[in-house]
Amino acid sequence: MAISEAEVKKVARLARLAVPDERLAAYTQNLCNILDLVDQLSAVDTTGVEPMAHPLEMMQRLREDVVTETDHREKYQAVAPEVEDGLYLVPKVIE
Amino acid sequence: MEWETVIGLEIHAQLATNSKIFSGSSTAYGAEPNTQANLVDLGMPGVLPVLNKKAVELAIRLGLAIDADIAPRSIFARKNYFYPDSPKGYQISQYELPIVANGHMDIQLENGDTKRIGITRAHLEEDAGKSLHEDFQGQTGIDLNRAGTPLLEIVSEPDMRNAKEAVAYMKKLHALVRYLGVGDGNMQEGSFRCDANVSVRRPGAEFGTRAEIKNLNSFKFIERAINHEVERQIDIIESGGKVVQETRLYDPDKDETRSMRSKEDANDYRYFPDPDLLPVEITPADIEAVRATLPELPDAKKQRFMVEYALSAYDASLLTLSREVADYFEAVAQGCGDAKLAANWVNGEVSKTLADNEMEIAAIPVSSAALVELLKRIQDNTVSNKIARDVFAAMWNGEGSADAIIDKKGLKQITDTSAIEAVIDEIIAKNPGQVAEYRSGKDKLFGFFVGQAMKASKGKANPNTLNDILKQKLEG
Repeated sequence: MAISEAEVKKVARLARLAVPDERLAAYTQNLCNILDLVDQLSAVDTTGVEPMAHPLEMMQRLREDVVTETDHREKYQAVAPEVEDGLYLVPKVIE
Repeated sequence: MEWETVIGLEIHAQLATNSKIFSGSSTAYGAEPNTQANLVDLGMPGVLPVLNKKAVELAIRLGLAIDADIAPRSIFARKNYFYPDSPKGYQISQYELPIVANGHMDIQLENGDTKRIGITRAHLEEDAGKSLHEDFQGQTGIDLNRAGTPLLEIVSEPDMRNAKEAVAYMKKLHALVRYLGVGDGNMQEGSFRCDANVSVRRPGAEFGTRAEIKNLNSFKFIERAINHEVERQIDIIESGGKVVQETRLYDPDKDETRSMRSKEDANDYRYFPDPDLLPVEITPADIEAVRATLPELPDAKKQRFMVEYALSAYDASLLTLSREVADYFEAVAQGCGDAKLAANWVNGEVSKTLADNEMEIAAIPVSSAALVELLKRIQDNTVSNKIARDVFAAMWNGEGSADAIIDKKGLKQITDTSAIEAVIDEIIAKNPGQVAEYRSGKDKLFGFFVGQAMKASKGKANPNTLNDILKQKLEG
């Protein structure tokens, strides 16, 4: 299965990854190779096989609904780049 | 030319848990910023989510109430997008195999007809934090207390055909969520939020291109925003343009929707199963355990009220809008033994006074037992219905019990025939002209005499006795 350079650029943008123009061709080729491998898997007849959501043959364990955490804001904010009034500050994002 | 509106709603209901969906942090509203955000909520490397059992139970609870299928095996997926109030870079949600699917709810239309609205699915997911854009000199402040709060996203079929139906559906679902105790439904605090998918088409044609309107946090806004969006789309099409599929934000101040350009890539969420969470298994025994704790649902309660208490559909539906009102009514009806009288009072004076005071029934100062005492005084003719309303107002103001107020204010009805006769004799003597007119066939004047007599007795004359005596005397 082929993937175009435009698609690679789009996926990179969605994942916030910088792909320099001179590497774009190489990335595209590598991703095509991986997708070719997946295509080979697709050739296997999986009729009647339930799609696997997780490799472990186990079911999720559930937690009782109890508050177990206490406030450690000061500790967490000590490693944040910038805080004010208890808020984490980030570059402005607004609609 | 005619247009048909097509609406589907996505409603996010916060679930009434003490702790978050994947961590042991508190979900209490209104705490100091970031004091309820632990390492899992902050999306620190190496942490693992552990699913809250109560969130699963509440999802099943709603699923059963809308007659839906509960998935025996359900999986969580990552919905990938970048926004600072979602620190992991993805939201844990459900994509394939949601916990609830194929439900429905019947809504009442304005003309009294019932319409069934399909509910495609309801899935569990985590809420994001909050971004605060003001006061930080070109920066955005992030509060992650809400991050990880459990949500149930309830997705309807595109079955609604106008804004009023959308509001009716939203109100009914809101009432149901509260009935079941699935969530508190507090819209001011954002515990119950709605996005609307809106499109227009020629009747019978294929669905048109839809726009998604976000930020609809009141019943009033949703109706206005949908109507506005419908007009916008019709204008575009009729002037030769094309509706673009996009996300629009409703601005209640300007009463308009505007495009959210930043969401252009938003539909490319690249969902995949979350490797941090195993599939969730729900056994028939789990489902039956939840079913056993379900309260009587609003529709069933309404039917029962109509049969058991012989109430009209209208009275019964008003009384079953909330569980608290229904419980209050039942206590009063059983206490006084007259369901119709109880219904008239709860839907009348009680609900009116609550509305005037912008109060919920949970905070009502007149208990059901206190109201029963008052209604008994109507039943035994101690006071008329009219005087009882004054007594009720006094009870509301904390002036004491019904009997104490009737006694203190001397409101006891006059049933003594001779006292009433005296009053009537005086009025007849004072108004010879009207008496003559009445006797010559002007029946309508009867009301005049009743009014005069009531006034003279300060409203305390028993209306039936008064009418009887008055009639006798006038016929003379």
